[in-house]
Amino acid sequence: MTGVLTTPAPTALTSVVAGRTRRRRRWALITGILALLVVVVFSLSLMLGQTAYSPAEVWGVLTGQRVPGASFTVGELRLPRAVTGLFTGLCFGMGGVVFQSMLRNALASPDVIGINTGASAAAVIGIVVFGLGETTVSFLAMAAALAAALAIYLLAYRNGGSGARLILVGIGVAAMCQAVVSYVIARAAEYDLPAAMRWITGNLNDATWDRALPVLVAVLVLGPVLLALAGRLEILRMGDDTAAAVGLPVERSRVLLIVTAVGLLAFGTAAAGPIAFVSFLAGPIAVRLLGPVGSPVLPAGLVGALLVLVADFCAQYAFGTRLPVGVITGVLGAPYLIYLLVRSSRTGGTTL
Amino acid sequence: MTVERSLVAEGVTLGYGDRTIVDSLDLQIPPGKVTTIVGANACGKSTLLKAMARLLTPSAGQVLLDGKSIHRQPTKQVARVLGLLPQSPIAPDGIAVSDLVSRGRHPHQGALSRWTSADDAAVARALDATDVAHLADRPVDELSGGQRQRVWIAMALAQETDVLLLDEPTTFLDISHQIDVLDLLADLNRDRGTTVAMVLHDLNLAARYADHLVAMAQGEIIAAGDPAAVLTEGTVRRVFGLDSRVVPDPLTGRPMVIPIGRHHTVAEPEQAQTV
Repeated sequence: MTGVLTTPAPTALTSVVAGRTRRRRRWALITGILALLVVVVFSLSLMLGQTAYSPAEVWGVLTGQRVPGASFTVGELRLPRAVTGLFTGLCFGMGGVVFQSMLRNALASPDVIGINTGASAAAVIGIVVFGLGETTVSFLAMAAALAAALAIYLLAYRNGGSGARLILVGIGVAAMCQAVVSYVIARAAEYDLPAAMRWITGNLNDATWDRALPVLVAVLVLGPVLLALAGRLEILRMGDDTAAAVGLPVERSRVLLIVTAVGLLAFGTAAAGPIAFVSFLAGPIAVRLLGPVGSPVLPAGLVGALLVLVADFCAQYAFGTRLPVGVITGVLGAPYLIYLLVRSSRTGGTTL
Repeated sequence: MTVERSLVAEGVTLGYGDRTIVDSLDLQIPPGKVTTIVGANACGKSTLLKAMARLLTPSAGQVLLDGKSIHRQPTKQVARVLGLLPQSPIAPDGIAVSDLVSRGRHPHQGALSRWTSADDAAVARALDATDVAHLADRPVDELSGGQRQRVWIAMALAQETDVLLLDEPTTFLDISHQIDVLDLLADLNRDRGTTVAMVLHDLNLAARYADHLVAMAQGEIIAAGDPAAVLTEGTVRRVFGLDSRVVPDPLTGRPMVIPIGRHHTVAEPEQAQTV
């Protein structure tokens, strides 16, 4: 080892600066490409369908002009649907990767460990039993998701728990909430069924502005908060002790991250139902694309939005009948879940 | 350059849940010196180090940094003064060496202030000092155990604190890298006046590098002070339950422990010559 800590060797300094610049550029490049893809897919989902409209016509609708035919189809049907898809995707992607990073395990996704299902159960009860409106249901779903997160945390962390135990407890909680959903739907009046069915797989087929607005506001409010916390999440990934040693208030940061992420997940779930496996897939895909550079929170959100928009488009037009979007994402996610479970039983871990 | 910091534990009681590991213990880390803490497995030395670094809140007593309770000071402010290398830190998957070391700069960055060239310089100095600058762009998880350990030490160095606590910094290292790391910490102490306190397993290296040696058993301090006075056959027996010979190290004159196992009786010098 060379002498101590005076001026750094020029080569070391150059490589530090070059490495940092390269990583920052790569993050910006990948995130930029993902954002561009989201814009493209969002625009296409407004233009294409049973009837295709030109970009000029869609732009006309967006800027508030009256375009015969397009004003209704695009303005009242496709736009709220695409907006709901875009923002729920952002919610699921950003919220999911927080849990996966914090627990250093791709299986610790909120749709696997019962946080989304908790929101579903509360929402179904709200709709079917109490006949509540959209916004009230959103907040109820948020409260239930927080309660589910807290319950999982307490059950898993008595006596100092491990990530694996938390995931197993979470899967149990998810199954329990799923049972509640099935029970309530089985007892529901027939006219409540369409609204309640959305809570089984996740569905954008009945998207309306009423449902799009809460999730849009949630992303605009909680999204920036979560991005501001992303640096803390990166520090937390080094383990609690190291994070505390470099001066991060560990418990407070963890609570802030969880509450913000759960908020996003709950509003996403309230808008479109628990679209299967979007959280679960978005984080790992974003991390693979990025490599180990910078925070995966925003890229995961963009991947989530892409997944929902593309899957919803396929669900609408690829099969002759309109499927719920959750069917498509479920088909994509299930093999990956099986792959991770097989790999984790072999290696004992499934880091993100 | 370095400000001398006092770090004192006053009657601290430490434990996890209901299990008490350390009961009302006092400890002073002498400023500007190298302190090593030795003891058997599970004697509470790592627990004590964690408490000294405010990672564990004592159920009674307090830890004072510069005379003020360390748990009452803003944690980021403490992190600019006191650094800790925990026993098993976790490197995020695939992270590059210089990226990991950069995280040691976290306490020096405010909520709004950006990364500056001073931060770059601190990271480069730390990489240089630990001899890992040539690995700057490599992923940490592809490195050997010894290289990885030096990267973690680089992260702690990049924090540029006046006090540095390390929990077994030489684990996973072969003997030459152990000496490298300890020499580096000794340099840091001598050239910058950094107060170093570390838990070490190797008694002989602990005695060689320490200005102040602390021997612990069952959550209590058995002896503390100059290594020559502390490291005796009696201390080794009380701390480890092991019979030994302690002789002056032929190189440094510091005490050197030679363990006696069940299979080796003590050879008298004249017998040894005839063999």
